[in-house]
Amino acid sequence: MTTLEIAETTVDVDAEGFLTHPDQWNEQIAEEIARESGIPELTDRHWLVVRFMRDRYLATGTAPSIRSLGKESGVPIKELYELFPKGPAKLAAKIGGIPKPRGCI
Amino acid sequence: MMKKQIVILGGGTGGTMTANRLRRHFDADEAAIHVADRDDWHVYQPGLLFVPFGLAHVDEIVRPRHRQLRTGIVFHENEVESVRIERDEVQLDDGTLLPYDVLVIATGARLQPEETEGLTGPGWNERAFTFYTPGGADQLHRALESFDGGRVVVNLIDMPIKCPVAPLEFAFLADAYFRECGIRNRVELVYATPLDGAFTKPVASKHLAGLLTEKDIELVTEFNAGEVDGVGGKLSSYDGRDLDFDLLVTIPLHGGAAYVERSPGLGDALGFVPTNKSTLQTPARPNVFALGDATDLPTSKAGSVTHFEGEVLTENIVRFLEGKELDSGYDGHANCFIETGFHKALLIDFNYDIEPLPGRFPTPAGPLPLLRESRLNHLGKLMFQWVYWHVLLPGREIPGLGPAMPLAGKKNVPTTTT
Repeated sequence: MTTLEIAETTVDVDAEGFLTHPDQWNEQIAEEIARESGIPELTDRHWLVVRFMRDRYLATGTAPSIRSLGKESGVPIKELYELFPKGPAKLAAKIGGIPKPRGCI
Repeated sequence: MMKKQIVILGGGTGGTMTANRLRRHFDADEAAIHVADRDDWHVYQPGLLFVPFGLAHVDEIVRPRHRQLRTGIVFHENEVESVRIERDEVQLDDGTLLPYDVLVIATGARLQPEETEGLTGPGWNERAFTFYTPGGADQLHRALESFDGGRVVVNLIDMPIKCPVAPLEFAFLADAYFRECGIRNRVELVYATPLDGAFTKPVASKHLAGLLTEKDIELVTEFNAGEVDGVGGKLSSYDGRDLDFDLLVTIPLHGGAAYVERSPGLGDALGFVPTNKSTLQTPARPNVFALGDATDLPTSKAGSVTHFEGEVLTENIVRFLEGKELDSGYDGHANCFIETGFHKALLIDFNYDIEPLPGRFPTPAGPLPLLRESRLNHLGKLMFQWVYWHVLLPGREIPGLGPAMPLAGKKNVPTTTT
């Protein structure tokens, strides 16, 4: 476990840069992680997905898979890939300050 | 006690086994047991893998469901309309109402090829196939018989799927099949997966990726298939990559049974039933239990899992009806043979905490090597079909194969688990 300075806040992250303590997150952190991941600006559609992921994680302890995201967030999978080109579930989780989604068996 | 009503939805592995175990436990005046399924065809699903290669015929792996149930179990050949958890009753598609004291959800997973754009359009069952249904496996068999070379793409669209090792096994067996036909030099084999490796668990993933390389099968990872062109022969991912194919063998998306979505409070967005990972009770209601492929549990959707869950489930239904505390004994144990071709197979054995590791099974001096190809593992896989119909479904014990995963015999077991 390492710490990182993001948007003038010290946060705990894993080896791939996912926040390990979701309560350390704020919107500035989200915007900075997004920029570093190649998304210059978070639009309303990005925020809708990021907040959905985050709320679901905080409520249930697991982040939704890409399929559930496409079914429940109101953003179709195709658009999810346009918004978060390198893997929507992973990237939205990273930006939303929650741990990396675990692939199920 | 008052005569109880036990309703079991699904007459597959989990439902049949549970019904038979409960029928043996309870006398006829203690409990009525009902099983409902939409058809009377019980498929030995591990056998489907062999059908495309002519190593098994569909007739040999299908038997009537009702014949697998003990006397004194009522079988309803009906689709479930809905479950009303607040009224403790199930409605069947002919209007029959089945009130219950305990409900068991064992309706498995449903294939949803129509959820992938273009998959069931032109070219379906001509150039794009799945072997996950008896009909599909049979069609693929015919296609392979007349296949004389080209590019074969084996793909799983997304997890979860039944028997997560089956697509890998298919790729291994296809390699062997084309070699035996003498046309392997004219066949390009590609394995495309949405995972970041050959398999979900790190140690096994490395072993299996090694086998793919050895057999000259190209591995394409993080490929999230979004669209199929069955006429042009093109599989496209959401992130804009294309894989050309002459023959596509795909594992379609899976969801829970359709009635789960028609039953408020029962399932998740994909129609799987949230289930307690150690007791198999559902959070929906204390008197609703689930097992097998129908659950949302973080373990394989596989017959072995259902079998191990079944022992804990039966015990817990008995305890629930007697007002006792539930047993939280299910540890996520799964056990799978992986066919690798040329009469050999691997064996993997794992649970929620311990990933598949090398060693021997079930003890250090046990007969079956873990994570290593052997003829005995292949024979084990073949023999299992007999065990399935004659020991597992009737609900008899398999000596030495209990629900808890054996640790003895495994190498490099981590001292702490995540």
